[in-house]
Amino acid sequence: MTELIPSVTTHLAHQVGGSLGVVAAQSDLLAARQTQAMSLAFHIVLVCFGVAFPALVLIMEGLWLRTGDPLYRAIARRWSRVMLVLFAVGVVSGTILSFEFGLLWPEFMAHFGNVFGFAFALEGFSFFIEAIFIAIYVYGWDRLRARTHFLVGLPIVAAGVTGSLFVLSVNGWMNNPTGFDLVDGEAVNVRPLQALFNDQLWHTFVHMTFAAYMVAGFVTAGVYARGWLRGRRDRFHRVAMIVPLTVACLAAPAQIVIGDWAARSVAASQPTKLAAFEGLGRTQTGAPIHLLGWYRDGGVVGGIEIPWLLSLLAHHDPNAAVTGLDGVPPDDRPPVNVVRVSFQLMVAIGTGLAALSALYLVTWWRHRRLPTSRWFWRAVLAAGPAALIALWAGWTTTEVGRQPWIVYRVMRTSEAVTAAGGVPVAAIVLLAVYALLGAATVWVVRRMSRIPFEAPGPPPGPAAVEPAT
Amino acid sequence: MSLADTVLALAVVGLCAYVVLAGADFGAGLWELATFGAPDGARQRAAIHRSVGPVWEANHVWLIFVLVILWTGFPTAFSSIMSTLAIPLFLAALGIIFRGAAFAFQPHVEGRRSARFVSVLFGVSSVLTPFVMGAAIGGIASGRVPVGNAAGARFESWLNPTSVFIGVLAVALGAYLAAVYLAADAARAGEGDLTEVFRRRALGAGVLAGGLAIGGLPVVRSDAETLWNGLTGDALPLVIASGIAGIATLALVATRRFDAARIGAATAASAVVIGWAVAQRPYLLPTQLTVAAAAAGRSTLIALLVGTGIGALVLIPSLVWLFRLTLAGVLAKDAAPSETGAGG
Repeated sequence: MTELIPSVTTHLAHQVGGSLGVVAAQSDLLAARQTQAMSLAFHIVLVCFGVAFPALVLIMEGLWLRTGDPLYRAIARRWSRVMLVLFAVGVVSGTILSFEFGLLWPEFMAHFGNVFGFAFALEGFSFFIEAIFIAIYVYGWDRLRARTHFLVGLPIVAAGVTGSLFVLSVNGWMNNPTGFDLVDGEAVNVRPLQALFNDQLWHTFVHMTFAAYMVAGFVTAGVYARGWLRGRRDRFHRVAMIVPLTVACLAAPAQIVIGDWAARSVAASQPTKLAAFEGLGRTQTGAPIHLLGWYRDGGVVGGIEIPWLLSLLAHHDPNAAVTGLDGVPPDDRPPVNVVRVSFQLMVAIGTGLAALSALYLVTWWRHRRLPTSRWFWRAVLAAGPAALIALWAGWTTTEVGRQPWIVYRVMRTSEAVTAAGGVPVAAIVLLAVYALLGAATVWVVRRMSRIPFEAPGPPPGPAAVEPAT
Repeated sequence: MSLADTVLALAVVGLCAYVVLAGADFGAGLWELATFGAPDGARQRAAIHRSVGPVWEANHVWLIFVLVILWTGFPTAFSSIMSTLAIPLFLAALGIIFRGAAFAFQPHVEGRRSARFVSVLFGVSSVLTPFVMGAAIGGIASGRVPVGNAAGARFESWLNPTSVFIGVLAVALGAYLAAVYLAADAARAGEGDLTEVFRRRALGAGVLAGGLAIGGLPVVRSDAETLWNGLTGDALPLVIASGIAGIATLALVATRRFDAARIGAATAASAVVIGWAVAQRPYLLPTQLTVAAAAAGRSTLIALLVGTGIGALVLIPSLVWLFRLTLAGVLAKDAAPSETGAGG
């Protein structure tokens, strides 16, 4: 059934392209794809902090409310300023993305904005709530009652999650276009809720949410692991490291189960993408997976073969048939090696981080202490960048794996691109802007982290803070 | 009012909110440029940051709201606009990046020269962005955006008399709104001398914006006939209302009734936006694409209306609370008082 529907839509696909106007130059297409990839790669980092960092801040504030220990409050407050800066940068980089939808892919928007746009409308409200409550939260220290202040943080966490849910709904829809009928190249009989809650949404959403907690958790823990390795083993470093590390270490092992779920969903709805994960040239039963190696001429060369693993992964059955790249004509296949290498990188790093997490959690559970090996802390230091690379690799896997389609088996990316021209120029300008913005963001956050932490004075217990008005 | 008109009205409301709120944030950036050389420049900048800091992000989201309504409810029009007006809109995007980043980084920059650089970056991008956005609107309003993927002229669509007029008007309107709000905020904070500074600017910018609006009408008449016919036809009451609100606001500012002036200034600006929308009727892209023809199907429009309605239930109380806290000065101080020395 899932095989049938795409083949019908494929047949209709040629009707969609170019009906708004001119066909764009190849250089514009390439530049548009690179620009989009660059913008998403930049923004996704801030999304991780937008989704997960408020929760870390709130955990700290919650610990303060429970214990009355001012250290927790001081850390929460310190972090909340970083949260505000990262949110502001995310606001602008997110705005660029919404401009880019129209600037780079006008045909995509013209033909399908009516189908998936509803999700963005809901996302807009999440964005509003985040912006409003983050301002009240960060500017409201000392000015709101302690409990009120904590409660103000909850909508930030919730809106971060719903916001990413709705954006991922659009991404899921591009991979699993549903909720409309294609008549003469136009999307009609739109069923917005069906498009919103497409089959690809849930696993993408859960996978991404956990990834956000991993990235924010490991990166934040890494900042303090650095100090820890240099001998700064005071309570501030200990607490500020343990909380994010624990959150990340709880998320990392779960990704193995979630990733398995995601892979099976991809196998069911996008068999060509799954084939590209492995570089499986022809459809076969008992399909293997090759570790490392390189895809060439319909097969993997130079890798270590693990028999049956792909069948097992995709269908939980070692003898199951797995559709190969030969299931579709060569023009409909993604660039295999990009997808394959990204997939392996993500899985390798994810496995490593899960092992690191297991070590940490087991040590804590068995001995009620932190691991003592310096190598463990060096690994924590590396875990932040590693999680980030895994995140980028994961997105490359799914987005490049969708190619050559912008709307899977309905509209080609080449049919969606702008005819305005000049995209390579815009790409170079944006590259420079992102480099500057990224460097400035890192500089500002590093500066903030270098402000010496002074142990807070006599505890302003939760009850001691006066209401502001 | 048809379903399509209702959805378009949402976008117009969103645009009004964007102009009235974020427009003033842009104007504040312009006034930041004017603080250099002033003896109390540092205090003026501090006042600007106190006023803009807690609200600019929420104000900015109105732009996203408008974009989303357009691309969902009127996808062909959205794509035609974005592709033909790619250059000014790309510049607007760059302006938004520089402006937002400069504002966010400002409190963390030390040293006079770097602080000044960041301030100037904030100010210049605050002028550039509303100008190019206004120019893009001028292109739409003067009928220079045809239906299609980049079907219009690459430069002439936004470098034409109407575009330049609306671009300049957008900058002036923002400056006017900002000066009125800043004067009101300073008055509330009991800073008499700053109140006077911003009051004078509000009066100056108000006269300038009003003069520009009237002075630009011949431009519209010769360059954009359809728009002119609309402004002097169906939209005439709104044009008059905007003028009356503008004059009333000047009187309120002159007599130091700033809270009422806030409302007056916002009304004048909103009437301009709504007037434009009414003047264009029934077109979304004059004279190529009507609102009815541009609209998405019924189910999409209904989903948008219901979704926005539910969203508004959450949004409006939150916004009201934010603005009440801001206006009451609760959020006004710097985000990092050095109470424990550990604020950072």
